[in-house]
Amino acid sequence: MIEVKNVYFTYPNGVEALKGVSLTIKDGEFVAIMGQNGAGKTTLVKHFNGLLKPTKGIVLVDGVDTRKVSVATLARKVGFVFQNPDHQLFSETVEDEISFALKNFRFEAETINKRVDWALNLLGLTRYKKTSPFMLSGGERKRVALASVLAWNPKILILDEPTIGQDYQQKEKLRHFILQLNAQKKTVIIVTHDVEFVAECNPRVILMSNGEIIADGEARKILTDPKIVTEASIVPPQITQIFIKLKNYGFPRDILDIYEAREAILNSLRKGFK
Amino acid sequence: MAIIETENLTYTYPGATNPSIRNVSIKIEKGEFVLITGPSGCGKTTLCRCFNGLIPHFYQGKLEGEVFVAGLKVDEHSIHELAKHVGLVFQNPENQLFALSVEKDVAFGLENLGVPRDEIRRRVDWAMKLTGIYHLKDRAPNELSGGQQQRVAIASVLAMKPEIIVLDEPTSFLDPLGAENIFKVIYELNRKFGITIILVEHRLDLTAKYADHIIIMDNGEILLDGETRSVLNSEKARLVGVGIPKATRLYQILKKDRVNLRSTIPLSSDEMAAMLEEVLKSK
Amino acid sequence: MSVFDGLKFRKVKSPIHDLDPRVKFIYVCVIFAIALIFWELIPLLILFLIQLPFVLLGKVQRQWLRSLRGAAFLAIIIFVTNFVFSFIGAGYRFTAESLESAFALTFRFVVLVESFSIFFLTTSPDNLSLALEQTRVPYEFCFAFTTAVRFVPVLANEAQTIMDAQKARGLELERGNFLKRIKNYIPILIPLIVSAIRRSLELAEAMESRAWGATKNRTNLYVLRMNKNDFILLAITTGILITAVYIRLFIPIPSVCELLEI
Repeated sequence: MIEVKNVYFTYPNGVEALKGVSLTIKDGEFVAIMGQNGAGKTTLVKHFNGLLKPTKGIVLVDGVDTRKVSVATLARKVGFVFQNPDHQLFSETVEDEISFALKNFRFEAETINKRVDWALNLLGLTRYKKTSPFMLSGGERKRVALASVLAWNPKILILDEPTIGQDYQQKEKLRHFILQLNAQKKTVIIVTHDVEFVAECNPRVILMSNGEIIADGEARKILTDPKIVTEASIVPPQITQIFIKLKNYGFPRDILDIYEAREAILNSLRKGFK
Repeated sequence: MAIIETENLTYTYPGATNPSIRNVSIKIEKGEFVLITGPSGCGKTTLCRCFNGLIPHFYQGKLEGEVFVAGLKVDEHSIHELAKHVGLVFQNPENQLFALSVEKDVAFGLENLGVPRDEIRRRVDWAMKLTGIYHLKDRAPNELSGGQQQRVAIASVLAMKPEIIVLDEPTSFLDPLGAENIFKVIYELNRKFGITIILVEHRLDLTAKYADHIIIMDNGEILLDGETRSVLNSEKARLVGVGIPKATRLYQILKKDRVNLRSTIPLSSDEMAAMLEEVLKSK
Repeated sequence: MSVFDGLKFRKVKSPIHDLDPRVKFIYVCVIFAIALIFWELIPLLILFLIQLPFVLLGKVQRQWLRSLRGAAFLAIIIFVTNFVFSFIGAGYRFTAESLESAFALTFRFVVLVESFSIFFLTTSPDNLSLALEQTRVPYEFCFAFTTAVRFVPVLANEAQTIMDAQKARGLELERGNFLKRIKNYIPILIPLIVSAIRRSLELAEAMESRAWGATKNRTNLYVLRMNKNDFILLAITTGILITAVYIRLFIPIPSVCELLEI
């Protein structure tokens, strides 16, 4: 469980990135942290594994104050996958890359082998075990980065902008993968501004703007509220936009996906024929 | 002759065993807004590099078939000659700005071409105003947001007055509003000045509405090529999995349910909402 | 690091910022040379004081003070070593002269820092490169210079991100003995190098696409032209130089000790 209590954070250059943020993320939740670039999303999640420590306020991970333990200790619980895989890949083979963290955490050799194979299999990378990560395509490198974090099976998984530069099918696979992890009771936190992606998973959304949380709740409620999305300068999902334009025709307010849209329209037409 | 024409274009990077694009034959007419899409690694970027001569001059490798751009045969003209006709905007805004101020960056290409100073001044101001970055002209690139940086990159090719601007996933690092702004800027350049736009993009939800012409690639080959609405409505487009705009998908589904919608295929939420409104009013 | 912070250029509108970097550079060199031909406290003190108007006119007091503060540590070392040596030289006796000469040599260093910081604080790298270009330094070199300035903050940022990414995978930089600690940096250096290579390739592509090397007669949006203020500074500089040389050659310089008759 992550508890953030009235956290302020100011960068050394004087930029105030967080201004009094409070929230609680329970075990097994699936959370999307959204907002414009510069809203403070990445700054916030870097507090969850201790990469940043609050200037004021307190962050507790399973009751432990992040200021009192090292990043390495917190990382055992909180896995963090960075946006750009090229910022972390350095090994000669995919296998070495995935075992890097396991060695840092001093797992036993036998366990390391098992975990590496497990992670390779989980992300469909087994055939690249002995390949150099630099030889792989962008999408594959992203999967190696993800595998290298999942390998130590952290309780909480943070993904920073996982959909950037991904094509439609890669996003679909990622979505299924995340939902599957979440179904196995892993806490998943994604930082993203991809509304269509979020609309399709319907997680809890924490919407940030200017270093503050301006809305917190089910994606269905938040992404379909024209006032909130305007305030955070994000664009609602395309389907929702259609119904915002049709607001005078008595449709339900919280339509997110195509199938709900179809239901609603067919219902309304049927009523009309009566 | 079309402004861009390729015939049986096949290209293999040096050291690669398989070609990255195969038998590409396309025609792009002057003034069109063209969307190129397809799964990652399908050869979109490679094709863009053929339009301004980076392929074959910069990357070398093996080029077969022909590319004509603005009437010039690409392999017979240098990159800087082609730069006067084709501007290329890349994915990462950070790596295409070199100067320490916005206006110096916008001037860079013109300086390289040896354009006289007062002419540079005029064109730089013009390009900065059109892309809405004139107020940022003395700023350093790292003081700008990603969206602003990308507009600087567009201004800097625009200043060279090209007939064609090619943008290779220009918004993948931007947030939705930043992206929307870029699309609006290039759409205006297309409509007002007749500049041919070639946009490579995954997110059809955001971009299909601007395009007259769409090219879908897969595995180095052209899979579909034609007018945007009819291509996106085709069964083939759905099967290849490029992410048809949600509005278009909804239209297709409702059509199957025999809802009496007009026959123009919608590409945006606006168009879809207008169509639904017609039906709802008439009920 | 604060020394470098004190040298970082910030855009301000001031008569000093508008000066031609070439003239400013000559000025710095002259001050530099004069500081080296004097070893007495009084002229060095004067040299220090006559630069203060530049600092004020350039509106860079705060950053300038910071650069001096950054240099303070070195200044103290210079002072202490000089003082200790003259103390030993004088037969372990404390004399006012040795104190004065230690002060003078410290001030010589301060004057050097002062003039360099004025130059860098008030000269944009863009103008500097323009000055280089106009003094016929090949354009490739000037371009490399501005690009380096442009990408320093970008690379610093990237190094931080990489460090964060590896720390998040349990890397502890401070762990182990000396050799182990060096090894700890491999997971940071490799991605940094790989990304720099990728970046330079992308940069090259973008440069080519913007007609790099199209003509030998490259033009420039701006040219540096000497105007009134530049000639004034040039005159002042010449004046200072002549006076200084004259004093050195023909006028004996009293020490503070003599003046105070200690």
